[in-house]
Amino acid sequence: MRTHRLWYSLLVLSLALMVIGSTNLNGQKTVEKDFKLELQLENRLFFNDGLYQGQARNHFSVALQPEFGLEWDEGRQSIVGNLFFRWDQQDSRRTHFDVRELYYQQVSDKWEWSVGLKKIFWGVTESAHLVDIINQTDQVEGFDGEQKLGQPMFHASIPSKRGTFDLFYLPYTPRRQFPGEAGRLRFPQEIAKNDVDVDSKLDSFYPSFAVRWSHYFGAVDVGVSNFYGIGREPLFKVGSAAEVTAFYPIINQTGLDLQVTSGPILWKLESIYRYAEEQDFAALAVGLEYTFGNIASSGLDIGILGEYLYDSRGALALSNLANDLFLGARFALNDTQGSELLAGAVIDLKGKGTFISAEGSRRFGDNWKISLESRIFSNIKQDQLAFFFREDSFVLLKVSRFF
Amino acid sequence: MKILIMLFITLGASPLWAQTNQGLEIAKKADAADLGFESSQVKLKMILKNKHGQESTRLLETKTLEQVVDGDKSLIVFNSPRDVKGTATLTFTHKEGSDDQWLFLPAINRVKRISSDNKSGPFMGSEFAYEDLSSQEVEKYTYEFIKNEKYNGFNCALISQDPVDPKSGYTKRLVWYNLDQDYRLEKTEFFDRKNTLLKTLTYKDYEQYLDKHWRAGSFVMVNHQTGKETTLIFEDYTFKTGLAEEDFSQNSLKRAGS
Repeated sequence: MRTHRLWYSLLVLSLALMVIGSTNLNGQKTVEKDFKLELQLENRLFFNDGLYQGQARNHFSVALQPEFGLEWDEGRQSIVGNLFFRWDQQDSRRTHFDVRELYYQQVSDKWEWSVGLKKIFWGVTESAHLVDIINQTDQVEGFDGEQKLGQPMFHASIPSKRGTFDLFYLPYTPRRQFPGEAGRLRFPQEIAKNDVDVDSKLDSFYPSFAVRWSHYFGAVDVGVSNFYGIGREPLFKVGSAAEVTAFYPIINQTGLDLQVTSGPILWKLESIYRYAEEQDFAALAVGLEYTFGNIASSGLDIGILGEYLYDSRGALALSNLANDLFLGARFALNDTQGSELLAGAVIDLKGKGTFISAEGSRRFGDNWKISLESRIFSNIKQDQLAFFFREDSFVLLKVSRFF
Repeated sequence: MKILIMLFITLGASPLWAQTNQGLEIAKKADAADLGFESSQVKLKMILKNKHGQESTRLLETKTLEQVVDGDKSLIVFNSPRDVKGTATLTFTHKEGSDDQWLFLPAINRVKRISSDNKSGPFMGSEFAYEDLSSQEVEKYTYEFIKNEKYNGFNCALISQDPVDPKSGYTKRLVWYNLDQDYRLEKTEFFDRKNTLLKTLTYKDYEQYLDKHWRAGSFVMVNHQTGKETTLIFEDYTFKTGLAEEDFSQNSLKRAGS
């Protein structure tokens, strides 16, 4: 499938070049260029030995992320590129390359459209991202599901007095990469990307479609979305010998996201209903964030977060968020170094385990940033999918240099 | 209408009423003097200096769309420090009630509606609070005329402003309006919640654009309580840039940060 991705990147690139050629770039008065590069050194240390053979405890890795932008025609036309490469000392599957974004965009007074690989984020809650479905998760990159693979698409966005309508044609579905033999946070047997099949005899080129309406009225921001096509999340089945099999089903997912911003309180709600022939389920995340701003005129903000998470799939929800409570706190010093810390715990309400997470960061000088992150699995019970990861608590140190 | 105005002037003869009114009148005249810029764009360099004199620099760009009925709309994009490059905010100021504000986070391409409640907090670790930089609508303060005095060789009116919003970090601001140059601001002193002097802002290197709009080339904010200082330098001001409502949407916020 790697060749398919490469093929797509080339297609998009040549498309982009064709567009540039046809718009007579040299004839334009100003072309604005923009470049940014992030070099990242990362070390993950797992507190315990792995449950499975070949798993290492200390994982060193290097990542490189160049981004560029070209803008002309007074900003009405642009090309955006964002590439990602990671080398991992232990896990060859975590060593990977992805075109996060590479697209051409055209904007007019009435609407905007773009073609290429893009990243689209939908949603409002912090502990779960239910409605966010356009991009495939970069599973080897992070455990929180916030890192995404680039998604090839044609995207049109039409603003109106009755809200914004977004239409997506998604011709190809990237598959998830799972950790390799030496990797952590994996199932007993290694799952290769191609072990996970797409539904029946369809392939990754089966097209998907999505539409979203979003609007805001005073304090209320709302979005309603529908997705039809190959699910981004594989369906897992655990066999009698604890062997895990998986495939991507054809799904239809309807989603709602809602936020009410009322003074220092943000009320948040996300809900989905996903239908597949093999399984249908509903999920909900609802909660609030209350911010105590500029405490004692020190600049310190403390935000308190509480969210309830429900998933009708129960224990086999890949997210592990079946009937849980998330409690967290966000600290922002608002100092020159932009120091911040987010800490929280997802607590299973039936006492089947707790997942603790903390991440903090601080800038040094103008171009350096240090981040510290920890994820802890505590007291996970046997019937939970996360039981496979019970020894995979870790601490991560990341140093980034920006150019 | 004329009779009504005459009536107000007569009623306004009592000294206290006259003083309050005079402050408000000057604030209104200052606001009126800047009407009609339609839209503006400017590049900002922010120099933060700590009490040891160590400096760090940030680069931003802002776009503003003038609104007549309600408060102005603005879009701010951060270009440096590099780790926050592409972060952008969209603000719809309201003359009454809370402003609407959205934040774009480029790392995950997420647009987040944020609370505009925390206006007294520092902007990007600087000595400017969010409320110092947001659109200065007349309705956000009550006014008291103190006196006329010379400042920097100009005839100025010194006016005390009391923020209407209880969430403001100030009990009052003392503002020097330049009576010789279209009521432009020359200096502002900020008094904290204990009513002691917290900061002084001086407006420097004024230039007039389109024969009408005065804009300072730099703002210098000194915090008297911490000894820290922030200088804002404005470069490449442009006005009537043809910006429209659709340039201040969540889609344009995403584009600005991408």
